[in-house]
Amino acid sequence: MAYIPHTDDDRREMLQAVGVASLDDLYQAVPSKFRFPDLDLPEAISELEAAAELQALSEANLDVRHNACFLGAGAYHHFIPSAVDAILRRSEFYTAYTPYQPEVSQGTLQAIFEYQSLICNLTGMDVSNASHYDGATALAEAVILALNHHRGKRHKIVVSPAVHPHYRQTVRTYMQGMDLQILGDEESGARAADLSRLIDADTAMVAVQYPDFFGGITDFRPLGEAAHAVGALLCVVVNPLALGLLRPPSDFDADVVVGEGQPLGIPLSFGGPYLGHFTTKKDYVRKMAGRLVGETVDSRGQRGFVLTLTPREQHIRREKATSNICTNVALMALASAVYLSVMGRQGLRRVAELCYHKAHYAAAEIGRIPGFRIWNEGDFFHEFVVGCPRPVADINEHLLEHEIIGGYDLGTDYPSLAGHMLIAVTEMNSKDEIDDLVAVLEEATHD
Amino acid sequence: MIEPLIYDLSSPGRMGVTLPEPDVPLAPLPAGLTRETLPLPEVAEIDVIRHFVRLSQLNYGIDTGFYPLGSCTMKYNPKINEDVARLSGFAHTHPLQDPTTVQGNLALMYSLQEWLMEIGGFAGVSLQPAAGAHGELTGILILRAYHHARGQAGRTKILIPDSAHGTNPASTAMAGMQVIELRSDARGNVDLESLRAACDDTVAGLMLTNPNTLGLFEEHLLEVVELVHRCGGLVYGDGANMNALLGVVRPGDLGFDVLHFNLHKTFSTPHGGGGPGSGPVGVAESLVEFLPGPIVEIVEDDETDEAPLYGLVMPARSIGRVKAFHGHFGMHVRAFTYMRMQGKRGLRAVADHAVLNANYLRARLRATYHVPFDRICMHEFVAEGRWEEAPDVRALDVAKRLMDHGFHPPTNYFPLIVHEALMIEPTETESVETLDRFIEAMESIAREARTEPETLHSAPHTTPFGRLDEVRAAKDLVLCCRPAFLEQERT
Repeated sequence: MAYIPHTDDDRREMLQAVGVASLDDLYQAVPSKFRFPDLDLPEAISELEAAAELQALSEANLDVRHNACFLGAGAYHHFIPSAVDAILRRSEFYTAYTPYQPEVSQGTLQAIFEYQSLICNLTGMDVSNASHYDGATALAEAVILALNHHRGKRHKIVVSPAVHPHYRQTVRTYMQGMDLQILGDEESGARAADLSRLIDADTAMVAVQYPDFFGGITDFRPLGEAAHAVGALLCVVVNPLALGLLRPPSDFDADVVVGEGQPLGIPLSFGGPYLGHFTTKKDYVRKMAGRLVGETVDSRGQRGFVLTLTPREQHIRREKATSNICTNVALMALASAVYLSVMGRQGLRRVAELCYHKAHYAAAEIGRIPGFRIWNEGDFFHEFVVGCPRPVADINEHLLEHEIIGGYDLGTDYPSLAGHMLIAVTEMNSKDEIDDLVAVLEEATHD
Repeated sequence: MIEPLIYDLSSPGRMGVTLPEPDVPLAPLPAGLTRETLPLPEVAEIDVIRHFVRLSQLNYGIDTGFYPLGSCTMKYNPKINEDVARLSGFAHTHPLQDPTTVQGNLALMYSLQEWLMEIGGFAGVSLQPAAGAHGELTGILILRAYHHARGQAGRTKILIPDSAHGTNPASTAMAGMQVIELRSDARGNVDLESLRAACDDTVAGLMLTNPNTLGLFEEHLLEVVELVHRCGGLVYGDGANMNALLGVVRPGDLGFDVLHFNLHKTFSTPHGGGGPGSGPVGVAESLVEFLPGPIVEIVEDDETDEAPLYGLVMPARSIGRVKAFHGHFGMHVRAFTYMRMQGKRGLRAVADHAVLNANYLRARLRATYHVPFDRICMHEFVAEGRWEEAPDVRALDVAKRLMDHGFHPPTNYFPLIVHEALMIEPTETESVETLDRFIEAMESIAREARTEPETLHSAPHTTPFGRLDEVRAAKDLVLCCRPAFLEQERT
């Protein structure tokens, strides 16, 4: 049997040591009526057969390696240097548990400490935890932090409609048992100025996205000032890759910065596992959820690292913990630490600039096609909204015939944006691919 | 042995990657929104690789040695899993692609849902939750939604035994529900008197880990379930310990209404040094409509030999999404591969040998270590790391000394109801030779506890690092390294 090393002799001797006659006898405590059900499951196949079956399943998909991809909307196709997976495949990393025993876990602990440092330096914030499941759950945890900061006395959060729809849905799922009003995101066209009108003394937090779901980049300093004037926190959801080029959210005096770390060296993998990053000002460190790694020394005087401030966590504080989070996505945090190290100061800037320039070239070219209109009014990063002359689903079907995965149909989440497509362009899209996209879009208007 | 920080290896102007030149005209950068400094390290690829490889060598993993960490099911992580998860069609598909272009992914997820339903005895499964605790929050929100839909919003209490994982009460509080703790009885079961007294019309449900965290199958399980159901509550199962039950009994048959699976425990996906995990949730018929979505369903089946068409569907009265997209798909691929290779009989063999290994260790160690609830256990058991003759030796000392013998320590100080607990879970993938070497090490440590306790207090001796000062870490709070060049630019 796969991965079970016991021989018949082993089994016999072990059963004897235990003092039972058979394996079945180990289950006397299980109600006999329900013991040993006949499960309707397939029989085992060998490793060779499994490899072939999985290969066949994988080939039943169209992937972004064989098709040009202009789909983003919170998950992006980027270049991943080979160094990243070379490290992720080190089984000393991936077969370890959460580093509860620091003497034999300094690899994981130092890697997380470096991840915390890299993310703090990128966002401009003071402290980072070891990760959340993804950007959506990181935002939900930010809401919990804000409610705890106000000791449950504030009952309102204001959220921009330009925060990723899945993130807003996740926040509502998490908060359904709480006495909390979530408002501001009813109208897709709402701007930051409209949001500041909603902020009052009952507002615990204001959440915005940068670049926003439509690709737009806005200076949120005035909104931050409006929030802080009534004691509300400002939470900025960021794409960390964009911060290779853009001002860090600390410039807006953000209190909490969260977001999706997938663009930093993590494959699309049909939606996960990804990386929720979470940073705050140091004032809020004790309200923060998740694992935190801190520097210390060992009994021999060597610098080392441990999990710290654990009294915030579920295994110590139980129902009074800041969160229930236990297993997070440490290996994905490692991926992003390797990615940020190998890209470095110059590489990340260049990738961000490539995305920016290619997206602006694509927008300019698409904007010239009769019937297509660029919706964005202000600056954008590597994603933009296009008003289309035909339903987005029809256009995407046409693009697929030309091996192009088209943009996101905004009508799915924003009724007022039916007929609008969200297009993402990254360093993976060559000028030829963009020109092909433009040609096929032009053709699509004639059908 | 100290490895410098990545920032310490930085040298201005060095690059670790090559990138193409722009092939499009340059656009003006957004005025006033670009940053001046980007405080990332500047290192060559070789520096990065050597740095992280050296760090990896400071770690202990399943591939380095025996890892009997109770409650965590540290079984071998098959290498084929890592290969298949990286196949282009899986690793490089976008979650928002049109469903017709990702039928391979959806077929895989559909099978995984079906198999988990069959193994657990449930009518529906959502693969969306990202980890065990995430599954717990999901499950409690489902219980809440169920009671609300029936006009019973007054059911706000969740009963939780004192032996439960800390995530149980934490998840309950996060869902806005109230925690009521139940005592354990002298045999390690839920105390029936304590349960009976708590059961009333304010109870939303009970969270139960079975086998419990002592590694014991609840002896009055059917009675416990019935008491909760009779007062109108539902029963939530913490599936952390499912490894002992594969093909042995289905939680759904026993009356569990909701249960989360840990693919990163039972189904061999790696722990990654603290994740990613995956915590699918299974539910009874009455709760299917509340599952978080989207889940995979067959949306078109013309009954021919052609494959059916799979789609992503939101259940009718779903509690909503619990994260972005569809769950930790990369973990679904690994778990699917594992289940496919085990098959029906292999999964039962997994439980049998996990339980056999645990009982073998228990039977051989009970002469030297006190086992407070000493009867046939399931996949793990709890011993005490203390002796009357060695009053200042603690479970922590035993754990640290085990490292000198080349083993990862068991879980210690949990469950809370056992003093100086050592919670030992060998899993089915370990051979009897490995178990025997572990027994020898444990016996040797028990002798040292009496003869040279100092050796234990100061352990570990042979690891790259000695005991670390946790008090200092919490007092000084150094959580981040600022590169020197950033500090200079700031001043």
